[in-house]
This record gives sequence, C-alpha cells and structure tokens, in this order.
Amino acid sequence: MSDRLKRVDVILGNYHPEKYKILAGAMERPNKDIIQDLIDSGLKGRGGAGFLTGLKWKFAAQVPSEEKYVICNADEGEPGTFKDREILTKVPRKVLSGMGICAKVIGAKKGYIYLRGEYKFLVAQLNDQIDEFHTYCDKLGLDFRVEIFLGSGAYVCGEETALLNSIEGKRGEPRNKPPFPTNEGLFGKPTVVNNVETLVSAMMVCKIGPDQFKKLGIQDSHGSKLFSVSGDTPRAGIYDLEFGLSLEEFVKEFGDGDTKAVQVGGASGFCVPRKKFSQTTIGYKAGLDGDNLPTGGSMMLFNSSRSMYHVLENYLEFFEEESCGQCTPCRIGCQQLKKGIDAVKRGIRPPEYLDQLLKLTETMKITAKCGLGQSVANSFSSIVENFREEMIY
Amino acid sequence: MENIISLTINGIDVSVDRGTSILEAAKKINIRIPTLCYHEDLCVAGNCRVCVVEAEGYRTLIASCATPCEQGMKIKTNTPKVRNARRDLIALLVSEHNTQCTTCYRSTNCELQALASEYNIDNDIYMSILKPEHLRIDKSSWSIEKDDSKCVRCQRCVRTCSELQHVNAITVAHKGKDMKISTFMDLPMNEVVCVNCGQCVIHCPTGALTERRYYDDIWNAIGDEKKKVIINTAPSVRVAIGEMLGYGPGASVTGKMVSALKQIGFNMVLDTNYTADLTIIEEGNELLMRLKKALVNKEEVALPMITSCSPGWVKFIEHMYPDKLAHLSTCKSPQQMFGALSKTYLAEKMGIEPENIVSVAAMPCAAKKFEANRPEMKSSGYQDIDAGLTTREIGHMIKQAGVDFKELIDSDFDSLMGDSTGAAVIFGATGGVMEAALRTAYEIITGRDVPFEKLNITPVRGLEGIKEAGILIDNCLPEWNFLEGVELKVAVAHGLKNARIIMEQIEAGTSPYHFIEVMACPGGCIGGGGQPIPTNDDVRKKRIKAIYDEDAGKPIRKSHENPEIKKIYEEFLVDGPLGHMSHKLLHTHYTKRNRY
Repeated sequence: MSDRLKRVDVILGNYHPEKYKILAGAMERPNKDIIQDLIDSGLKGRGGAGFLTGLKWKFAAQVPSEEKYVICNADEGEPGTFKDREILTKVPRKVLSGMGICAKVIGAKKGYIYLRGEYKFLVAQLNDQIDEFHTYCDKLGLDFRVEIFLGSGAYVCGEETALLNSIEGKRGEPRNKPPFPTNEGLFGKPTVVNNVETLVSAMMVCKIGPDQFKKLGIQDSHGSKLFSVSGDTPRAGIYDLEFGLSLEEFVKEFGDGDTKAVQVGGASGFCVPRKKFSQTTIGYKAGLDGDNLPTGGSMMLFNSSRSMYHVLENYLEFFEEESCGQCTPCRIGCQQLKKGIDAVKRGIRPPEYLDQLLKLTETMKITAKCGLGQSVANSFSSIVENFREEMIY
Repeated sequence: MENIISLTINGIDVSVDRGTSILEAAKKINIRIPTLCYHEDLCVAGNCRVCVVEAEGYRTLIASCATPCEQGMKIKTNTPKVRNARRDLIALLVSEHNTQCTTCYRSTNCELQALASEYNIDNDIYMSILKPEHLRIDKSSWSIEKDDSKCVRCQRCVRTCSELQHVNAITVAHKGKDMKISTFMDLPMNEVVCVNCGQCVIHCPTGALTERRYYDDIWNAIGDEKKKVIINTAPSVRVAIGEMLGYGPGASVTGKMVSALKQIGFNMVLDTNYTADLTIIEEGNELLMRLKKALVNKEEVALPMITSCSPGWVKFIEHMYPDKLAHLSTCKSPQQMFGALSKTYLAEKMGIEPENIVSVAAMPCAAKKFEANRPEMKSSGYQDIDAGLTTREIGHMIKQAGVDFKELIDSDFDSLMGDSTGAAVIFGATGGVMEAALRTAYEIITGRDVPFEKLNITPVRGLEGIKEAGILIDNCLPEWNFLEGVELKVAVAHGLKNARIIMEQIEAGTSPYHFIEVMACPGGCIGGGGQPIPTNDDVRKKRIKAIYDEDAGKPIRKSHENPEIKKIYEEFLVDGPLGHMSHKLLHTHYTKRNRY
C-alpha cells in the first residue's frame, strides 16, 4: 500500500478518553481564534461542494441575530455514498462536538441533525447521545440544544437550501441564492449547514491544530477524507484516506484487476476511464480535465463486464425522478438526456445526436438553479465522451 | 452599507437601490430580458431560468429576476453563451409542452409561444416528453379548465393562489419528471377549495389554466329564432374589452361595445349597472336596518355587514369562515339580480315568455360562471342567468363575428334595464361599491350629499390593499335620530389575502367597522379573472382611471336617483326595498363549505 493509501483514521479513530474534552477546550478559546484555525487548516466542506468551512462559520458569526442555527446535513443520498451513516453509528460524539463548537462560535442556541429518512434506525441511539450531549452543554455553560429531523426521502433535500425548506415544512426545493444560509437560512435566520464529516473534521482541527491537519493531503485539499468504495471491488467499504492519491494508486489497491472506469463522486460526479487513471488525482482541484473533482467520497468501480450505457441509464433514471422539478434545465434536461440515449441506442436518432445532448449538458451546468442541477449532467458528459461507442452499439 | 449600487449592463452604467434585481435594473435602461416565470404581482421564483444573463467572474449564468445587483457587477444580456442557453431552455420547455397552438385558446396571447417565436425554436431538437395522462383536461369546474399538457411549471398560478388569494387550492405535487401543478389529493377542481376567482388564469403564461367557455351555447341561442338573447354588461368590461380589440389599456369603449353586441345578434343589450344601482338601494337599506336593530332594538345582528357582489369572495368566506356567513349582505350580486328580473319583470314588460329568454352576462370574472349555476339561483322559476361570459369570451365573439370594432358608431344601452348612474359604474373598481353605498346611505340618513368634494369619496379609492374611512353622521333626519353623532366606519379590501385580514379581525372580535366591501380580485373587478391578459398594476390603474372618468361624466351619480330604479319600485317591487318581492328575487342565502 502506498503512503497516501494508508488509513489515517482521523475521522473514525478512537474517541478522546475524556468525553467532550475538545468541546470543553473550545469553550475556553475566543471565537475568532477558532475561526482562524479553521481557515488556516484549509478545511473544505465534505459534502461535495468544497466551500471553506472556516469562512462559512465566519459569515454566520458576523451577522447579528438573536436566533441562529447549526445544521448537520446527514441526508446522505448520493448513490454510492454511505460514510455519514458510519460516522453517526461509530463516532456520533465527534459530530455533536463539532456542532457544539460551531454553535459556540456563531452563537446558535438550536441545532438540527437532518437525518436521511432511511437512517431511521439510528434515531434511538442518536437521541441517547444527544441527551448526554445536552448534559455536557449545560455543564460547560453552552446554551445549545440539538434535535433530529427526519427527511422524507428526497435526494434534493441534501442541497442545503432545500434542506432548510424541508425543516420549515415546505416543499424540499432549493432556494435562490443570494441570500445565502449564513445570512438568511432556517426561518430566515443565520444558519450553518455542514456535512456530518465536515463537523467531525472541524472538531479534529480543534483537536490537532491547523498545522497538523494541513500536513495531511495536498495543496488546496487538506486533511483526510472518508471514501465509500463500492462496485466491482473485492474490498468494498469505508476508508479514511488522505487527499492527493491518484486514481491509479487507488485502483491498484481497490480494483479487481479488470477496472475499466471509476465513477468518482457518485451519480452527480465524473466517470474516469482507465486511460485517465494516472493523470487523475483526488482532491478539490485535482484537475480532472480542469473540472473540480466532486468530493462526496463515493468511489464506484466498474469492470469490463459492465455496460456503461446501462450505468448511465441508471443514473439518468435516478435524476429524472430525484430532480425537484422546479427549474427547467434540470427537470426537462434529465428527461431529454435519458430519452436521447435511448433513441440513439435504438437508432431512432443518429449517433451525432449525442453531440446535441452534450451541448444540452453545458446548458444544464450553467443555467440550473442549484448545485444539484448544475452537476446532474456530469456523469452524462463524462460517460458519453469516454464511452461513446458503448452508447451507440 | 452603501444603498446605491452601481453596475454596468451591456456596457451601460446604471445605478439602482440596494435590493434591485438585475432584471429591474435592465428595465430601467430599456434593456428587455425575456422572462416566463416572473410576474410583477408575485414573489420571485427564478425557476424557468429563461432570464439568465452573464456576469463577469461568475462560473454559471445567473437568473436576472432572482439576483440582486451588486456593486461593480458587469452584466451582459445578449452574448452567444446567453443566447444559446436561452434558446436551449425555451426548446426544452417546448418539448414538454402540448404544441397544438393552432387550436389553443391562448394562441397569439401565450408567453411561451412568443418566446419560441422570438428565438425561432426548432421543434425537432428535442423529442416530445409530453405525458399522455396530462392530455386529460379537468373540466369539472363551472369556471376553470385545467390542462396540464399546456403547463410550463412556472408556478405563477401556485404563487397567485397562495400569495395573492390565500386560497391554496392548487399547489405543486410530486417531483422530477412527475412534478406537476395539482390540487389536494389530485381531486378535480370542483371538489377542492377553489373559489373560481380566475386569478390563476390571468397569471398563467399559457393555456394551462383558462376559463370554461360557454360562448358556443350563446351563438346557438342567438341562431335560434325562438330565443330572445339578452345580455347585461358589467361596469368593468367596458373599460377593458378594448384591449382585446386593438385599444391600449384604459380605453373606455362603452358605446362601441353596445353596438358590437347588437350587431352580433343579441336581442337586447342592457346594463349590469342598472342592477348595481338596485343593489345599492337594497344593500344600503339592509345596512341601515341592521344598524337600527343593533342600536335601537338592541338585537343581536351580524355587524360589520360585508358586501356579497363578488362571487369569488362569497365562496371564499363559505369555505374559510363558514360560521361568519351572517355577516354577508343577503343581496344577490348585480348579475344575479339582473337574471331574476330579466325573466320576471322584463319578460312581463316586453311580453316575452320567460322560457324563451336566454339571459347572458358579460363579466370580468370567472367566478360568475359558478355563481350562475348555483342551485339556489332560480328564483324566477328558471335558471336566472344562463351563462356568464368573460370579457375575453365576449372579445372573441366580437372577433369571430367579423365586426370592425374600431369603426363602430356608439350606441346606447336598450331601455327598461339599461339606465344607470355613476355610482354603478364605479362598482368595477375596488372601493366603488362602498362609495356608491355611502353616497346613497348618507343621503337617506341626513337628506344631504356625502361630505366629499364632488361626491368623490377618495379615501376608499386606489390600490392600497385595505382602505378605511369614517364618516361622522350629524343633523340626521328625524327617522334616523339613533345614528346622530355615530361615526360610520367602513373598510374596503381587495384580493383575498386582504379579505383574510379583515375576517381575522371579525373572528377575534376586534373589527372596528360597520360596513366592509370585499372584492376577490386585486384592484376589484377591473382586475378580475375574466379580464384581458396581461393584467398588472399598470393596467389596473389605467382601467380604474377609465372607471372614475365614466362616473365623473355621468349626469346622475347617485343610485337612488336612477329613474328606472324609481320606476321598478313603483311598478314591480311595490313593497319597496327589502320587501316581499325583493326578498324573493333579489336576496339569497349561503352555503357552509369545508376548508379542505
């Protein structure tokens, strides 16, 4: 195993022997120092968008408001991603510590864990943890309460503003931005929405300090990351790996010797063909043909027995159902892409129609209302560009 | 924070207030950005994406309707990137749409059609994804037809129904490819809380929501020699129908409209204003009677009394406040009074058998269709009004008949039920019923004109959502001494959002008013759901001005001075206002309905 493939276990590693020690430590520190540490650590959101966590907290802290919210986004819905479930099962205290630190820094009194509906089985044990957490909050003088909010099964509610609408009892549809949640979030109040893993990483920054954290990973992509490895692999599972590994290294370790493609970042991510493994590095700006590499952590491996047409068809079927449906490019675009590859496959439209559809993906990327809509076509463009013959014959 | 934002749009400098959208800033310097889901009456949705523009330094295009201007922004509205994206978006919308434009009621007045034409969309780029189940048109309602195959999912109707009207009969259901505009449990439109106001229809950019049309029945009746087809035209139709026939908003075309209706074959063209004047007499007396019962007899009566001439409002209160129906005036609307009298009084006077009369109403309204079909509206022994047609339907009939509208010479309404006053004309604008009622009631009580210059009760005029006025009553005639020193407090609400505020006060027992006018539609009838499209505040203001100009030009401006009204009380309604005959023909009762 190469160096970068070593399990670093930053996220899933053992608890500190003393409960909520890191939170207690953070309570003694000035907010601006904590924010500065986070910014210095270079920690970016682990949900996939990769926004600087320190900045997000800073923005929310700056807005004067009696009411603020911290939300843990546990609506893990990206196909091929299952790491948040593991975190919440194994180290929920780390998540709650992260939320507590965030609440202290921005001045929030209320927090929600927006839990994917299918993770209902976690509710009881999480509530026990939350109860215990509340007693520690009281001991530490932190006026903060956390509540679980169960999602209802819409993929789009993982998008932070759709998530906010969902908690407010509205239809889970993304909002227009600006205003951003850090200014006007839940119930119009300043809100930080962080992925489960981000909160743990933020806590880790407080624990080991920004310098130590920064030593992990590569430029622009610091720290470690949980990867959900699935597909044609003998070693499916969750791995806490350092940023910066190349796909070639990754496939050597996790592939079955016959890997023809890796879907990085789930259905809304990119498909990388074998010939590009060596030039693709995993990290936020690792230069996948100049694109940001999505970093939700899903790694799906496909071997030569798989039809990339069916892989793509499956993704598109997913998106035409899971688009919220409000904006034109996402709602209709997904349907046209699916109908389009079907028509080409059956010879109803000529192979060149794929080029028309690739143009459509450009439109979708630049006109959709939310991050989801802007990324749904990624799998289409990367699969069609790299496996064009499979689409036609 | 600076409150003036400076930016450039297509290289032109522009400064706007903080919070102004890019779309509005562009409009300020006469750059038009195409839109579809945007409507000036409604909150911004930003979901059609047609208004996208390029902003320097942004990775994606941005929706100009939903993005506030920022300091130093450099916006471009017409680059190849923008044009290509926009054309693609319109092509996508077309691929989801039932493009049988030739047979669509909204053809030539459809915003999607206009965009597709402007961008010269090639219909063959994308394959149709129109769903067969969306081709089933919901025609269950008397008033509104819902055709999902024409829907562009802009949600203008949804925003209208919730924001403007607080009704929420239609909403968004499902997601992704199945996302559609639906009702509670996808029930048919006639089984939900829809009040038939038709505001969704005039806010719909396409033919997805239209009024149910009845004009073919009327053409058939006109063609039937046995039938006498009578039409009465509402006050707000005459200041709006011109927009269908080559005039700009605010043109008052009363005389030409009468000529056109005669030319296309209506046997008599009469005026709803006549029964508007009659409403004032009946409703004014009803108010005074309630005040007398409350103040003199100390009886429990429902005050404030609320007007009942807007059928959208009536159905709203029936659904939302079924325990407060006693507050509604028992007076029928002018349309229904007209219907009842047309098949009794008019039939008798003209010597026509009532079964041969087809009584039609030209209305600014979709709810009038439902009202005409209420089971209780048969006091003449027949269905009092056979059909309520919208301003748009009448416009279509005039076009279909080949009438050269602009060249017509003015005609007068036919007589017997054709005379009216300025007080009746203003029924068409929010505050008008109140003003007309006060002109008459004050004079009944004091024997003097209302204490406003030229009878213009300006506090109840205009587009403010809720308007209030108070009139101190002094020097009463002896009969009304109990009102001496009372300040008569009135309020006017238009748009059901505002009606709800008024009703919440009544529920809480804090309503300070004696008399309230409510109109379902923003602006009153001139902004009704049956009016020409588009209707927005600019158009509303122009139609309102035309209404008040008509009033000012009328020789008689008080309902009780209408000679034909005096005549009907002498000849037909002989036991006077609120008497036996008027109770039978001109008053009604209401139905408690469910909230869901």
